[in-house]
Amino acid sequence: MIKIENLHKKFGKNVVLSGLDLEIKNGGIFAILGPNGSGKTTLIKSILGMVVPNSGQIYLNGATIKNGWKYRKQIDYLPQIANFPGNLKVKELIRMIKDLRQMPSNEEELITQFKLEPFLDKKLSTLSGGTKQKVNIVLSFMFESPLLILDEPTTGLDPAALINLKKLIMQEKEKGKTILITSHIMQFVAEIADEIVYLLEGKIYFKGSIEELMTKTQQTDLEHAIAAIATTPTHV
Amino acid sequence: MFKILKYSFYDLIRSRWSYVYFLFYLLLGFVLLFLNNDVSKAVITLMNIIIILVPLIGTIFGVMYFYNSKEFTELLLAQPIKRSSIFLGQYLGVAGSLSLSLVLGLGIPFVLYGIFKSDAIFDFSLLLVTGAFLTMIFTALSFNISISNENKIKGFGYAVLLWLFMAVIYDGLFLMSLIVFKEYPLDSFSLVATMFNPIDLSRTLILLKLDISALLGYTGAVFKQFFGTNTGLFVSLGTLLLWTVLPIWRLTRISKKKDF
Repeated sequence: MIKIENLHKKFGKNVVLSGLDLEIKNGGIFAILGPNGSGKTTLIKSILGMVVPNSGQIYLNGATIKNGWKYRKQIDYLPQIANFPGNLKVKELIRMIKDLRQMPSNEEELITQFKLEPFLDKKLSTLSGGTKQKVNIVLSFMFESPLLILDEPTTGLDPAALINLKKLIMQEKEKGKTILITSHIMQFVAEIADEIVYLLEGKIYFKGSIEELMTKTQQTDLEHAIAAIATTPTHV
Repeated sequence: MFKILKYSFYDLIRSRWSYVYFLFYLLLGFVLLFLNNDVSKAVITLMNIIIILVPLIGTIFGVMYFYNSKEFTELLLAQPIKRSSIFLGQYLGVAGSLSLSLVLGLGIPFVLYGIFKSDAIFDFSLLLVTGAFLTMIFTALSFNISISNENKIKGFGYAVLLWLFMAVIYDGLFLMSLIVFKEYPLDSFSLVATMFNPIDLSRTLILLKLDISALLGYTGAVFKQFFGTNTGLFVSLGTLLLWTVLPIWRLTRISKKKDF
């Protein structure tokens, strides 16, 4: 599905990605983990074409994404910080995104699921952080794109919404979608992820299943395994 | 691109500032016409206001809109839309709604006053055309400044400086150079120098179409020889067009390389 070759990116003097290679196959949930500033968001934004890499190639289904934009029809993206134009109403925002993408969508179902009906006529600037995140989730889950990228989807969610989100992610996985997730909540990752991609200093430090990670680091829970991974000398 | 244009345009049309801007011109038009009772004089007064105000409003609005719609832009960047369409659409939305406020705000009082029956119709349309051009030029320049500056305050500062330079400082330097080099023939120099500033160019273009250009003396005659003819008119309008197209071209070029 996604193939990344020798990706380099620096912002000014700050090297974020240095020769990253990654291959992600079709179907399944991939958790992209790593300490703060390890390049998770930059990697995701490079796939989306929001960040232009200094060098290296990214292929989506065999075709390079360089200078392209049509390929984004195959991607749904949930940004880390839900920044929306504040003067729009929730309803208007959803309608606008639908109008821009021109694809079949199932937003009603999601709106009921996250109990957003009372907020539909409110302006986005008046919503709380958690409600904004729910709108964010509706916007990214309402289309049927084969690739779903979620950057910190759990931020600000209450327990009920979190359970809903997990259910939703599992449903999407069963449809055969490829899902990339970044998160710092290890319990969440342990519950849903099929495979872990660990980024450190702009490179892939570890890629494999949770079990492989546990045996490698000789830890019994994921949180400690992740904390220990950087100090384990063996590379992938 | 047209969808983005549509959303930006509606967003602006709904905002209070477009109305304020529109009402300002409406009021100005009515007051000038009914106090002056002379279309030609009203056109001159309007020109003096438009030449300074339109670039200022275009610059400030452009910078403000660009920074305020950062979230909107980020949302759009993740959608299957070409990058250049996003920025061109936003630019045309801003420039379009500002030009519309100007043209409608001034057009309505003049039409009601009976501009179609008067001789000043050509002067007046030239005023509106240059006003629209100045809006397009300065909005494009301000978009260029904002896309190159992440820092809002810096971007705002540069934009205001640009306006100040074009509207005030440039003229000062121009005059000073005329005084310093008065021993030399300056006809072509002043013609070229006028071309390099869209504000000066617009002013000269309108002034020379009006009768008062007879008062300008020898230099006026040289200018009139150039700007007064059809060739001069087309060259000046072409230069204004170039002033619009170049910043737009740079905007699309930079937007392709920028990280968000």
